[in-house]
Parts: sequence; C-alpha cells; structure tokens
Amino acid sequence: MEQHSDTFLDNASEALKNTGQAERRDKIALFASQIRTAAIDSFEGFDDLRHHVKKIRQHSLDNLDYYLSQFEKEAVHNGNQVHFARDSEEFNSLVLDICQQHDARRIAKGKSIVTEETGLNSFLQSAGLNVMETDLGEYIIQQAGETPSHIVSPALHKSANEIRELFQQKHDLGHRELQKTSDLVAEARNVLREHFLQAEVGVIGANALIAENGYSMLVTNEGNGDLCANLPKVLIICTTIDRVLPRAEDATAMSRLLARSATGQPHSCYTSFYSGPRREGEIDGPLETHFVLLDNERSNILSSDYREILECIRCGACLNHCPIYTSVGGHAYGSAYSGPIGSVLTPLLTSLEQSHLLPNACTSCGRCAEVCPANIPLPDLLRDLRHEEGIKKLSAPRWRYGLKLHSWLARHPSIYQTLTATSIRILHRLGRKRGGFSRLPFTSGWTSQRDFPAPQENTFMQLYKAKMKQNNER
Amino acid sequence: MNEQHHDQSPPPQRMRVSLFVTCLADLFRPSVAFASIKLLEQAGCEVMVPLQQTCCGQPAYNSGDYEATVPLAQQVIALLETADYVVVPSGSCAGMICHHYPKLLQGEWRDRALKLAAKTFELTVFLKDIARIEPQRNNPPSTLSVTYHDSCAGLREMSIKEQPRQLLRELCGIEINELEQSEVCCGFGGTFCAKMPEISGKMVNDKLDHALATGAKILAGGDLGCLLNIAGRAQRLGQEIEVRHIAELLSGDMDTSPIGEGR
Ligand code: SF4
Repeated sequence: MEQHSDTFLDNASEALKNTGQAERRDKIALFASQIRTAAIDSFEGFDDLRHHVKKIRQHSLDNLDYYLSQFEKEAVHNGNQVHFARDSEEFNSLVLDICQQHDARRIAKGKSIVTEETGLNSFLQSAGLNVMETDLGEYIIQQAGETPSHIVSPALHKSANEIRELFQQKHDLGHRELQKTSDLVAEARNVLREHFLQAEVGVIGANALIAENGYSMLVTNEGNGDLCANLPKVLIICTTIDRVLPRAEDATAMSRLLARSATGQPHSCYTSFYSGPRREGEIDGPLETHFVLLDNERSNILSSDYREILECIRCGACLNHCPIYTSVGGHAYGSAYSGPIGSVLTPLLTSLEQSHLLPNACTSCGRCAEVCPANIPLPDLLRDLRHEEGIKKLSAPRWRYGLKLHSWLARHPSIYQTLTATSIRILHRLGRKRGGFSRLPFTSGWTSQRDFPAPQENTFMQLYKAKMKQNNER
Repeated sequence: MNEQHHDQSPPPQRMRVSLFVTCLADLFRPSVAFASIKLLEQAGCEVMVPLQQTCCGQPAYNSGDYEATVPLAQQVIALLETADYVVVPSGSCAGMICHHYPKLLQGEWRDRALKLAAKTFELTVFLKDIARIEPQRNNPPSTLSVTYHDSCAGLREMSIKEQPRQLLRELCGIEINELEQSEVCCGFGGTFCAKMPEISGKMVNDKLDHALATGAKILAGGDLGCLLNIAGRAQRLGQEIEVRHIAELLSGDMDTSPIGEGR
C-alpha cells in the first residue's frame, strides 16, 4: 500500500487551508449523519441485530480456519478456483497471472478497497493491462489520478463542478456541456458500457464469503459489480480472509446493518450472490471464476489484542461521524483506509513507525464507537496503539517525559499541591487583567489556536485547607 | 486522616459524599468545586473533600501511558473507596473512574475499581438522579440566555444529557438555547488539542460558531477541559460569550468572572 501517513499533520494542514472543500466536508458529514440517524431510528431492531451480527462475526473469527476451509471446499465444488495470498505482492501477482493466462488486455473493475490496499491497479497497468474502474466514484478518481478519500464513497471529495471539469478534460465531449448531475452520470455510463463489453476479465470485491455454500455476497448501489461479474469471460473476486461467515443468512443480516449505517438505506440497490462459473445450459455468466483471498497481516491481527478490528463491516459510519475525518478529509490519512477504522488498521497493516500519528488523530470523543454497527471499541484500540507508540518511543520525547513527570507529581500530593499553589498564583497575577495569555512557555500548541485562560487566584486545595483551618480555630 | 468533614454536625441519614474536585477545577477554577459543595449541601448531603487528591490520571492514560496511570488510579481508588458516594464535577473524570479504571486494572485492584465505579457519579447526575435535589430558586435570573455544550465523555460514557437541562430548569428557571450539532466534539481531547492544534482549532471554531449562532449570553458545560478550550478560542477571537461551568450557574454563583475573562 502506498502510504503517506507520516506526513499526516502536513496533509491535514493543507486540507484545512482549502476552506471551500472544508465547508463541503462539513455539509456532507452533517447529511451523512442525518440519514444514518433517520434510518436507524426507523428500524427498531438495530441494536439487537448489532449484537446478533457481532456474535456471528466473533464466532467466525474464532473459527476462521474451519470456515475458510469449508468455504474453499464449497467454492471449489461450485467450480471456482480459490487462491490465498500472504501479502499484497503475492495478491497482485496472482491476479496478473490469471489475466495473462487468458491474454487479457482489458479489465473491468468493480469497487474493491482491498485492491486499493494492495495497489492492484498500478501493478496491472505497469504490466500493460488496461484497467477501468466501473464504480462511478472509483471511475472519477481514476480519471483524476487520485486515491479514494472514503472507503464507501471514494470520490466524496469531488464536487459536481470538479467532476464536470474532469470529464471535459478527459472525454471527447464535442458540444455537450453536461450541465446536470444526471448528464455526468450518463456520460460515465456511456464510456463504461463500451468497456464492460470489451473486457476479458472482471474484477470485483466481496462483502462476505459464505462458508456453507461457497458463495460470495456483494452489495452495491450501481449494479456495475454485476456487469463486471457477468459480461467478461473470466471473473476474479478479490477480498480478505476475514470476510468469511458461516451461513447465507449471516451475510444478509450483516447487509442490513451495512446499508443503514453506510448510506441510510434499508437495503443497498443491489445485493448479489456469486456462486461460480456458468453451468451447462445457462446463457450468461463468466466461464471461469477465481477467488483471491488476501491475508496481509490479518492472521497476525487475529492473534493480537486488536482482533476486534477484523469485525469491521466497512460501512464508513465511523468516518462520517469522526470530527477529525470530517475536518481534514480522507486523503490526509495517506492510506486506503481513513478515519477511525483507518487509524487503527493502517498501523496494523503497515507499521506503527510509518503511521503512529494516525492513532493520535483522536479526541476519544467516542462518536465512532457509538455508531459502529460492529460495536468495535475504536477509541480503546486507538489508545492501545498510542500505548504501543509510547513503548516504542515513537512519540515526541517532550510529551512522553512531560506526562511521566505530571503523573509522578500527581502521585506525590504534598509536592504537587505546593508546586501548583505557587505556579497558579503567579499565573493568576500575570494573567488576571486580560483574563488569559496569548502566549506562554510550553503551551505553543494550545496558544497557536486559542488563548490560555488565566486561573483564579488560588488553587482549590489552598483555599479549602485555609477554610478548614479557620473553622477549626473558631 | 486525609478526610475532612465539611459539615461538622450532620443530621442522621444524610448522604455522605466525597467530592473529587478534579485537577482542572483545583488549579483553574476553585469556584466550580465550591459551587459543587454548595449544591450538594442544598441537596441534603454531607460533603467531604479528601485532601490528598490531585488528578485522576487522564492525561497519561489518554496518551497511552498505562504504566504511569496504574499507580495514580490505585491512589485515587484507595483515597475514595471508603466514601458512600463519590461526586465529580466533570463527565470525563467520572468516566475515567467508572469506565477506564476497571479496564486498566487487574485482579484485586479491578474489583476495587468496580466497587468505586458503582458509587461514583458526575455532579449533575448525582444531584438529579441520586440525591434528587428539590426544585428551588437559585440565582441567576431566568432571563439569562444559556446554551449548553455536552462534553463527549459525559454524554457517551456517563449518559449525561437531560440532567443538566432539568436542573437548570428547576433551579434557575432557565431553558437551554440548544446549539446545533451539540453532540460533536469541541476539539479539546486532552493532549490532542496541543498535539494537533490546527485540527483542534478548526473544531473549536465550529463549536464557537454554533454557540454564537444561538445568540446565547452564556455557554455552560460540565467539563472544564472543553470550557477552557472554547473560552480560550472566544478570547482569541474577541467574541463576547461568557463560558461557565454548570455548577456555577446552578448554585447561583455568578460573582466570579467567567472563564478567561479579566477583571
Ligand atoms: S469500524 Fe465500524 S463504523 Fe467503521 S467502517 Fe468498520 S463497521 Fe463501519
């Protein structure tokens, strides 16, 4: 995964400078949370379903070996070929091999965040293949040469105007102006239709793998996934090993949580199940189908204290409700996964050394955990990563030692109280007139954005003890 | 020997409450702690203030320094566990004691943490739901236009939402002028605001904008961290909005200058 998480602060700073974009992000965030709330308020069983699905996800992960081999057996029985990839490199090579076996030149691709994780597109392209994203959002960012800014809505950062300009640059539009949003959609559809018909290989993702029957489930709103799956001769389904669920009904239970949490819909427009290649007597469908299942650290995560993160159903609700994500946007995270889920997952998939800033992009406000349909304690996991950051001494020494000193003082009440009494008195004297400080030693982070309010005259402990003494003397 | 009775002659059956002042109230705003004592006494409680208290350990804990937090948490537990009730004028410090100590500690200490958690309450929750303070009329005048910031830990960890609003209604006759997106974080986040100042600055700006949009004269809240953050930003921008802790309003103690305002 190409990654720029080490420059998170600079990326964020850049993002904040573009105030137009920032305002758009605020509006979208508000809208996203309103539609989610409406969908969940009108669905009584949400919390029960959440617990139910959580239990299933836990059970599947507890028995991942078992369900993966059951899935493999059933899928092979249906005529699929199943491949396992240890890491991104292996994954990309496996996909390329399949394409090359069929002399494929054109690939029609549905949305798959996993292939963003592995960098599949650029890998295939450098091998001379023509890869076309067919999800509208993915298509837009592919045309723009950008990465997704959201795990569900990859082109969330683009306004209709920007998309219009992009199409004007990239497409031969003649006199067409594409004034309405529907014109833009129609334009993309026309271009994509050609591609669907010509592609030799279709690549799609999967929201779930079903162990009992070897099917995969995909939910989309555009139907492009089905075209990628059914028109080309060869279909490759790309996902990760942790997506497996025991039964078909488990997958549909999950999809009910997913759509409501992601887009506020009771169901996504298309929920498709893929069983395998075309059978005798069938008139359409691929002739050959493959599953390529990526591990990329997930086995390690499974045996770590972070295993709950594998229960994520990739709904994007934690992004939409994270005040930091909505402030700076997805690109600042420098990873395919952004927002709270990304801040946990990115360090685990890559390294904490590269991405230790991400777990710090959190105020522990808890809104992500509140909305997460998978009930993942994201703030706890982020804090645990900060714990590791400290152990590995990746955080700035002034913070590490400063906090240690503070804790030490707090454990020695008499020293603490004497020291604070004196410093507070001084601070009060210096700041009482204005009420605060615009600058103060050791507080540059705070005072870069706000004044430092002056304290009242004495500490409470001082005043209280004095009062006790008075009372006793009386 | 580290406890002092605030009221020397309690009538029988009064609820005995230990006040955990919190470090921010201790250092920045003693008036919050005095207001809390006054309110608890009005609610018929006998208030004690354990004198050896300092900080609940959130700064180290939130930064992930669990090793530094454990002994501090144990110190707080040992200090407070003999109380009948512990009351904290801060949602996040109450959340630290109630939810994070039991997560942080193990074995016997975990059991002790859980016992303490069961009798620890945030101030407004305690006044409203446990001590059931009688409606009475404290100052300030009910004509004051007040908006309220729900601090995140209070809201999500301690389920504080209605209590401060009900108390303002019953004790001061004040109806809250609600701010938009009241459940979104103000950008304080402990060390976050200093580690990622630009992002935090954007967040507190949004919060302040929403507060100003209500036209309220006062912004109240239950957590001094958030309030110092918002007041500091208002001060920086020269915005005239008084920022105060809810305890000050409820007790009618409006003589002190608002947070961050000189005199
Ligand atoms: S962590 Fe939870 S809220 Fe975030 S994407 Fe995953 S399931 Fe959705």
